[in-house]
Amino acid sequence: MKRRSFIEKTTLASMSSLLGVDIVMGAKMPSDYLPLGLQDPNPFELFSKDTRMTVLNSKPWNIEAKAHLLDDAVTPNKFMFIRNNGIIPEKPDTKAWQLTIDGESVKEQKSYPLSELKSKFKHYTYQLTLECGGNGRSEFDPPAKGNQWTIGAVSCANWTGVRLRDVLEDAGIKDDAVYIGYHAADKHLSHNPQKEPISRGAPMAKALQDETLLAFQMNGKDIPLAHGYPLRLVAGGWPASVSGKWVNRISIRNKEHDGPKMGGTAYRIPCKPVAPGAKVADADMCIIESMPVKSLITYPMSGAVLKKGNSLKIRGHAWAGELEVIRMEYSIDFGATWKKCILNKPANRLAWQHFTASIDFSKKGYYEVWAKATDSQGKSQPMLLPGWNPKGYLNNACHRIAVKIK
Amino acid sequence: MKDDKLSKGIRRSYRTLIVISALVVAIVVASVYYLDNRKAELVAVEPDAEDPDRVENGIHIRTGFIDAPGMEETIINCTSCHSAELVIQNRMNKERWHATIDWMQESQNLWDLGENEEIIVNYLIKNYPVIAKGRRAELKNIEWYDLQN
Repeated sequence: MKRRSFIEKTTLASMSSLLGVDIVMGAKMPSDYLPLGLQDPNPFELFSKDTRMTVLNSKPWNIEAKAHLLDDAVTPNKFMFIRNNGIIPEKPDTKAWQLTIDGESVKEQKSYPLSELKSKFKHYTYQLTLECGGNGRSEFDPPAKGNQWTIGAVSCANWTGVRLRDVLEDAGIKDDAVYIGYHAADKHLSHNPQKEPISRGAPMAKALQDETLLAFQMNGKDIPLAHGYPLRLVAGGWPASVSGKWVNRISIRNKEHDGPKMGGTAYRIPCKPVAPGAKVADADMCIIESMPVKSLITYPMSGAVLKKGNSLKIRGHAWAGELEVIRMEYSIDFGATWKKCILNKPANRLAWQHFTASIDFSKKGYYEVWAKATDSQGKSQPMLLPGWNPKGYLNNACHRIAVKIK
Repeated sequence: MKDDKLSKGIRRSYRTLIVISALVVAIVVASVYYLDNRKAELVAVEPDAEDPDRVENGIHIRTGFIDAPGMEETIINCTSCHSAELVIQNRMNKERWHATIDWMQESQNLWDLGENEEIIVNYLIKNYPVIAKGRRAELKNIEWYDLQN
């Protein structure tokens, strides 16, 4: 008790001293609010995440889900992975927030206050799959550098906003436009104000798609701060790094965008397949566009023990970047035989699809249930790791769970 | 002259008095402080107030690093921009760690590490060696539970 009250009394003072600045309006600060400048608060409280999520990195914040936490048809915030490259903006001033459209290929540079963006253009809501390009990186051998994501860097929430196309067309797109690049309010880890942590983008064709949004809501509410409040570019089906958070400027470029993390090995893979561990010159690396076909068994959690005679009902989601999943199968004999799952259509283009199956086991023993999705171009998930690449992107190997029949 | 001598004598006795009273005050303050501290010691040990560099079971508690030669250099040079977790979860050989450091120096504002670079890389490859995983690892650490259908 004493310790608790001691902590309560000293929290504000110690927060201020840790941050090296006074916390203005500290007395009015809600008791459950923690300033983001602190690097060791409880991240689950800070970001309203379920405590079963895994923190991979606290500076910058990188947090992932587990397969069984992603069981919801629409991912709620508490199970949504966080991937940050820099420092989250502390308190975005939404009244002063502006989105500027500029670049070599804009007809007229324009700035839109957030309120104008919301009132001037029509709103759309889409359920969009966002998967980190490095999801599954931890499985590559030799290991690839970066956050060692397992399987939980994927989500599919409802995003509401205006079409990027409508805004770009309002400013005017010149004929020579090739690419868009975003700029945002997050800060570089080195605290150098001249440096952007990340500034990526997409070719015009992706920028102009119906589902590419400048979103201000996630699942019907303001976007949580860690996911891009107050404005996020959302480009479903592509590496989630294309979906820039805290966006305040979009440049229409007359060449491929050249912001940080567009070049080198970042979000790029060898244009031609290479042997594991190979050195690849920058010139031989190509930008990742659509994400590959993939699926997750979200129920049951791995480790289920069943009585013989009971059938096992499995369910999960499958997605295929720009494409649709046309077939979903499972195997309980390490791929020797495959059986079909029931597969639903997506809620809209670029949303993940749900599947179910009922599995019967004829013998007692140890089993693994492997899941395999096939996309509309006939490409399936590999059972082994796909092609090695220097940064460990695009691991879409089949997901599996362990099951015992007793 | 006489006056001078007199005032010198007064000053001397004043000085003695001041020194004595100062000693008394110091002793009183020290004993109160001591008693207070004893009381505090009896009440609670504040874990947050412990040594930020304490090590338990060979692990540096604040960062999670393995306590071994080179750890200090690694903490000082590698955790001012990003967390220690990012270092610990990455497994690389000597060549790739040097390449990673080069990349951080070229693009992420990392400073010249001088002779610490060798110390840090040696610490990392020794304490966080590459583990061969092959083309697909077995499922590990399965927590079995009864599934009620």
